[in-house]
Amino acid sequence: MTLAAAPHRELGLTDSEYEGICERLGREPNALELAVFSLMWSEHCAYKHSKKLLRMLPTEGPHIVMGPGENAGVVDVGHGLAAAFKVESHNHPSAVEPFQGAATGVGGILRDIFAVGARPIAVLDSLRFGELDSARSRYLFDGAVKGIGHYGNSIGVPTVGGEVYFEPAYEQNCLVNAMCVGLARRDRLIRSAAAGVGNKLVLLGARTGRDGIGGASVLASAELSEDDASKRPTVQIGDPFEESKLVECCLELLDGELLASLQDLGAAGLSSSSSEMASKGGVGLDIDVSRVPLREPDMEPFEIMISESQERMLCVVEPERLDDVLTLCDRWEVRATTIGEVTDTRHLRVFDGDELVGDMPVHALVDDVPLYDLEPEEPEGQIYPDPPARLDDGGSAEDALLALLASPNIASKRFVFEQYDPIVGSRTIRRPQSADAAVLMLKADGGSGALAVSIDGNGRRVACDPYTGAAEAVLECARNLACVGAEPLGLTNCLNFGNPEKPHIAWQLTRAVEGLRDACLALGVPVVGGNVSLYNEGGDGPIYPSPIVGMVGKLPEPEAVPRVGFAEEGHAIALVGMFEPALEGSELEKLRGRLGEALPPLDLPAHADALVRVRAAVRGGELPTVHDVSEGGLACALAECCIEGGLGARLSLDEGDAALFGEGPGGVVVAGPRAAVESVDGAIVIGEVGGDSLEIEGALSVSVGELRAAYEGAIPAALGT
Amino acid sequence: MKFGVVRFPGSCDEVDALMACRRFAEADLLWHGDSDLSGIDAVVVPGGFSYGDYLRVGAIARFSPLMESVIEFARAGGPVLGICNGFQVLCEAGLLPGALLPNNSLRFVCRQVEVAVENPDTPFTRACDQGELLSIPVKHTTGRYYAPPGTLPDEQVVLRYAPGHNPNGSMDDVAGVCNEAGNVMGLMPHPEHAVDPLTGSADGGRLFESLAMVPVA
Repeated sequence: MTLAAAPHRELGLTDSEYEGICERLGREPNALELAVFSLMWSEHCAYKHSKKLLRMLPTEGPHIVMGPGENAGVVDVGHGLAAAFKVESHNHPSAVEPFQGAATGVGGILRDIFAVGARPIAVLDSLRFGELDSARSRYLFDGAVKGIGHYGNSIGVPTVGGEVYFEPAYEQNCLVNAMCVGLARRDRLIRSAAAGVGNKLVLLGARTGRDGIGGASVLASAELSEDDASKRPTVQIGDPFEESKLVECCLELLDGELLASLQDLGAAGLSSSSSEMASKGGVGLDIDVSRVPLREPDMEPFEIMISESQERMLCVVEPERLDDVLTLCDRWEVRATTIGEVTDTRHLRVFDGDELVGDMPVHALVDDVPLYDLEPEEPEGQIYPDPPARLDDGGSAEDALLALLASPNIASKRFVFEQYDPIVGSRTIRRPQSADAAVLMLKADGGSGALAVSIDGNGRRVACDPYTGAAEAVLECARNLACVGAEPLGLTNCLNFGNPEKPHIAWQLTRAVEGLRDACLALGVPVVGGNVSLYNEGGDGPIYPSPIVGMVGKLPEPEAVPRVGFAEEGHAIALVGMFEPALEGSELEKLRGRLGEALPPLDLPAHADALVRVRAAVRGGELPTVHDVSEGGLACALAECCIEGGLGARLSLDEGDAALFGEGPGGVVVAGPRAAVESVDGAIVIGEVGGDSLEIEGALSVSVGELRAAYEGAIPAALGT
Repeated sequence: MKFGVVRFPGSCDEVDALMACRRFAEADLLWHGDSDLSGIDAVVVPGGFSYGDYLRVGAIARFSPLMESVIEFARAGGPVLGICNGFQVLCEAGLLPGALLPNNSLRFVCRQVEVAVENPDTPFTRACDQGELLSIPVKHTTGRYYAPPGTLPDEQVVLRYAPGHNPNGSMDDVAGVCNEAGNVMGLMPHPEHAVDPLTGSADGGRLFESLAMVPVA
């Protein structure tokens, strides 16, 4: 990218935005300033189409230590400990180069977590691709999974959970959302506000190169198009070894109380990290780009300011502590360079040696950004085509069950999670597929009990009904936590949508945020932070609207956490919670080639009450088996309990497809000794564990071996591995 | 008895190994840049990606100042246990026969596997019975053991994957080997991640328990 040939429009700014910049500067920006503004005012950095909407979300709660606005949200988890967490997207980079795109997505979210002083202890991923019969989708899926594994495994942070869906609407524009959870002593948390005029600004970590230049504006804030291969140079390259040293070094710097503030370098690199630190601290910063260690010697000052080279952190250090900081960095072989200092000018001033090459008011870069009102308009009818039919309407229940278990959305994700290390750190007491949420014990950290973590969001249901679908994502996530006995402490979300300047996308976004808000209010769970990824559109149109919800909860007794699998012959099986299954928006309807245009309305307060009952039942400690009913309905949930436990079951259910395969939030399967199961508030006993087949009276009988073959075999077969 | 657990830049499982050792004896971390092993009775070279595993797995770590001391310590008969990346480092250092090659799948694999104790007469397995099955997780990309024919006597095979449990295509299902003297052992499974039933299994503790029984010189 040469700047001379790139006026403001090529950098993604509108004419009126350009005028706004001139107004705020009192002159025309020079080339460097224009580049910095174009990034700081991009959708990705400034949330200019979503900021007003996000103000709707509840952000206060009794456990909150740090809310939205910091590098990550933080909640109190007792015993002086706090959990920091956040989810972020790396969609467009992954659509252009899946391995590095996904790898650096993980790297970026890890830095957000240790930037607040927390040690990253878990990663979860939410992935969306086109159907696996497309070669492009297989390539993106395989590459993204490898990239996530490469980064997470190498850095010693366990990948403990996640979800993957395959839908035609993600064919061009896949989604890669990564969530990280960190743990810190409350008194060691640090904020990113720069403070103390005269304090030194120190850049830590990797050298700065030309990679990722313009990533935030060129890639993340526009629709994908045919020539995206040419955008590969805007994708960053990750080096987990560098980040591993950086994590340990930063945490030791914080242990020694050597830093005044800390911030990661993400989108827009040095420009955004420095101006955001200055904005929060109400100060100015002088940066000398000639002091920044470079990978290539001839980089222009503007390139240095906007490079998105990975594995870099920016910190503010009191002058008298500088030597200690440099010594510690040297021990960890982490590059540390003083590149500037805190001033009282409230301007970001960029120097190249002695020459002033850019001078911008921090307020104009960060706070006084034009915000846009959405112009939502409900479309008439469904805007997405029906998916291709893969199953006849008239088939048997057995065929439907096996087809559902083999549908990649439901089938075992063993192919994925075996490529991740879920155990490093020695906290993980429930690995993927063994329970509905990942469970991490806190004993060795001086805490009590365990954290439970889940990430959820079914875009197809949101496409059917943005309000209800988004609310369901919150319920699903909270239900996964309830199934291991955990109470949610806070929520993070990533809003993946199409182009918000289009009225129907604006409508999806608005309705979805309303759904999130109402579900959060009903459950009493605050939003601690998140991320917005817009313009997720390819040549075939927008993605399914995909609000992804991540939650962190706490449970008192790790020893009592149930599993998905049936445990013992003779155990009674019951349905608890509030379950009103319907076929609209279900996986079965998808297989039959119908998308649907609405979902049944939700009684949110009733669902909130039901979740409290489920959690109380699980915490009773007498239910070895607990599994929520989600995609594929009750029959699939029961099949999964059989497969995981290696045991059959005999059940009597209502007749009809809706009872067997209908979906809807709120249903939970439990099993255990009869007396324990019958004592659960509201439990409806539906059968008994035993034999080596899943037998549903009058409907189906399939051996556990056959169920397992369909469930475990589908994804390896689709990939030919 | 005091364990020393090596910490290279890029190590991942060193704190897990430290905590596992501390269940059975004293243990401290050893910094890769130091070379002092005084007071250490057994060395654990842990898993991870030392020096980013650049060049070739374990190839750079082998040259760290601390490893020079560990090599001396091993040659003098001191017990040294290499886990995963530690196994790779010990092979690179010439302390163990053979080499670790990329998994047949060419993918990272993490899985709980069963390994059988083939040789209970080593400092690392003396708490185990011959043929005892241990449930321990593996997690690696480069774990397929290979030694040229005739270079690995049977008694140096300490652990073998149980039938059907070989996760990587290792030659003869070899999961762990020792040197001729029996004081240096490497294995791909992670015993430090199998010391607590809550996290899946306590079987890996048998190895640390065995080492803790070694008489202190």
